[in-house]
Parts: sequence; C-alpha cells; structure tokens
Amino acid sequence: MSTTVDARGLSCPQPVLMTMGEIKKVDMGEIVVLVDTDTSKENVSRAAKSQGWLVRDVQEEGEGYRVIFTKEIVK
Amino acid sequence: MAQLKNFLSTRWGIISVGAFIGIVAALLQKLGNPGNMGICVACFERDIAGAIGIHRAAVVQYMRPEIIGFVLGSLIAAYIFKEFRPRVGSAPIVRFVLGAFAMIGALVFLGCPWRALLRLAGGDGNAILGLAGLIFGIWIGTLFLKNGYNLGRTEKSYTSVGWLMPLTMIGFLILMFLFPQIKGEAKSGILFYSLKGPGAGHAALIISLLVGLAIGFLAQRSRFCTMGAFRDLILFRQAHLFSGLLALLVFAFITNLIVGQFHPGFVKQPVAHTMHIWNFGGMVLAGLAFSLAGGCPGRQLFLAGEGDGDSAIFVWGMIIGAGFAHNFGLASSPKGVGPHGIAAVIIGLLVCLFIGFTMRKKFA
Repeated sequence: MSTTVDARGLSCPQPVLMTMGEIKKVDMGEIVVLVDTDTSKENVSRAAKSQGWLVRDVQEEGEGYRVIFTKEIVK
Repeated sequence: MAQLKNFLSTRWGIISVGAFIGIVAALLQKLGNPGNMGICVACFERDIAGAIGIHRAAVVQYMRPEIIGFVLGSLIAAYIFKEFRPRVGSAPIVRFVLGAFAMIGALVFLGCPWRALLRLAGGDGNAILGLAGLIFGIWIGTLFLKNGYNLGRTEKSYTSVGWLMPLTMIGFLILMFLFPQIKGEAKSGILFYSLKGPGAGHAALIISLLVGLAIGFLAQRSRFCTMGAFRDLILFRQAHLFSGLLALLVFAFITNLIVGQFHPGFVKQPVAHTMHIWNFGGMVLAGLAFSLAGGCPGRQLFLAGEGDGDSAIFVWGMIIGAGFAHNFGLASSPKGVGPHGIAAVIIGLLVCLFIGFTMRKKFA
C-alpha cells in the first residue's frame, strides 16, 4: 500500500510540509511524492531522508518527477 | 556537468556558494559599491527604480548590473541543466503586494537580508536588530505555514512567459549601454544617475555584471536563500540553507578584516541608522513578507530567471514598492526613519497578517 502526495505546482516549503505530514501519518511503508521542479525533488528527498526514509526511486513523469520513498519496520 | 550539479546542491556546495557571495560582496565594496552594500538586493532594486524614474530620490539612482546578472545567470544555469520551467498563476497580485511591503520594510531597516549579513560582517551592530527582526518575521510566517497558509499551485505556461523577466533585464542592460553615465551629469538620455550618495557608489559595470552572472548561476544551482535558511531551521530543524548563509557571513567578515573594511560599532555606520526598534520592526515586516512569498529577494530573482512568473511579479512589487517608499517618505536615511516609515511598517504588518490568516487551503 502506498499513499501519494501531489505537490506539483506548489513552491517550497509546501512540498516538504506535505511530505512530512504524510510521513507522520503513515510512519512506515511507501510514499509517492509528485513534484514538478528539481528544487522540490531535492527538498522532499532531503527531508524524507532526515526522517529515516529511503529514496527508492525517482522517475521522470510528464513535466516533473515521481519520487518514491520507503521505510521498513525496524524491530 | 552532472558532478557540478550534484555538488552545488550538497551541504558543501551551498557552503561554497555562500562563501563565494561573501567574498565577492566584500570585494565589490572595495571596488566601489557603497559601504556594507557589496550586494543588497533591496537597495539595488530601489536604485533601479530610481534609474528609471519611478522615484526621484537623487542619491539612489543607478541601474545596478548585479541585479541584471542575477536573473540572467540563473537563466543560463536553468537552460544548461534543463531546469527552465515557465510557470505562473499562484496568486500573482498577492506576490506583488508582498513584494512591495517587503521592500518598504527593508528600506526602513536599510537593507535586505543579504545586506543585513554584510552589515554585520562589516561591524555594524545595528544589523543585529535587523537580523533579529528578520528571524522574528520569518517565525511568524512559519506559524502561518504550519496552519495551512499557501498561495496555491502554479500552472505551466508558455516558454515566452518565463522569458519576459530575463528580457526585461536584457532591456535594462541595453539602456545602460545606450545611455552610459556621464561624469557630473544626473541624467543620461532617459536614465537617471546619482552624483552623490549610495547611488553614486558602484564598481565598474562589467565587474558588477560578471559578479551578478556568477552569483545568479551558482545560486540557481544551489537554491541559496537567506529567508529559507531561517525558515527551514525553524520549521524543520534543517540547517542546509542556513549553512550557506553562515558561510556568507563568515567569509564576508574575513574578507573585510583582510581588506580593512571591518569597523565595529553602532554609530556612523555606512548607510545605516541607530533607531533600534525600527531596525527591528522594518525587518519583521520584510521577513514576514519574504516568508509568505516563499523566498528572499535574491531567491525571487533566481526563480524569475528559471521561468517563475510569480517571482517576477514579486520583483516588480519590490521595485514599485521602492517607488512608494521614497515618494511617500517611508524609507529611512542615516538620520533615522522617514516621516511615514513607522505608519508604513504597521500597515504592512496588518496587510501581511490579513494575507496569512485568510489564504489557506488544505490539499488532499
């Protein structure tokens, strides 16, 4: 199960705020973030990594990017 | 190329860019730019407003090539690295108003965040009040951001939309070549020049332009932003952008020490006044406006260079705001705040609060 955050067209810090909000909500698993600038791609990646999430994949999609983050359960 | 791209967006990348800006800004002062004003985005846009006659304050009229370089350097970087994305439509009128009040606040303090750092690096203690105000204003902005404030999404637009601001800057540069400064003359063709005051202090055109282009290029790649530096620190406890800001301060300070430009104190500082409350208050207004608009004045120029039409509108808001600031007696001078500067700061804060409280939307 993955949730999608659509931050296209939003400027910083909105994409990061939305990604962090989702991270707090789901705690682990997979989050897909859609962004349309390289700046947003870098910012959400940096923020997610700081919360212990991994950037699993970055795909170019249309005019922007689909960034996929994952976090496994740590026991 | 790819290595450069990766490097500049890293921690060491942004530190290098901040250090570069700090060093060249201090050197620009040595080469003729006004005291502690190697680069001041607000002051320089205000000088541009004077050069084209939007205000007629005789001491602050010069078509600053640094500003032209910022936009064009960013444009070049955006094209080389395929990041030029023409976009508009995220509440442009709000951005215009925020730009105007950001300028008014900055001119009550006498400097944008960049100059606040350069003033501190030159020993001007009044800058501490300005920086404290800036941080307080940005902090208020983060409260709005946490509560859902945002100006909505942009729309992709025509390539030519993204080109309008760079073309305007090219037009300004052509005007400078057509109507160059004539020694002892306050006007050359349609452009105004200053015979004395900060507007008369400037490095050679080609040096200012090259420095502007270099900073524009590097800042586009590294996303350097003095407002974002404090905002991300407050909002996310993230020091990435802040490390760039700190590098600017430290390296400008070191350069000032080396070239003999460090003069600690509060009084008789270049282009500064000692009214602490309004040094603080002016920058609260500027910080809040930058925060609500998503970028410091430098960042807005770099964004305008990579195709962001809303940032271009913010820049125009600042230029027109400078017109209001000088025509209405809102801007400060070394003697102190202007006759209506305090009223303007209060009105500006009320407008920013109105914007912050009423413009929020939750995205699914």
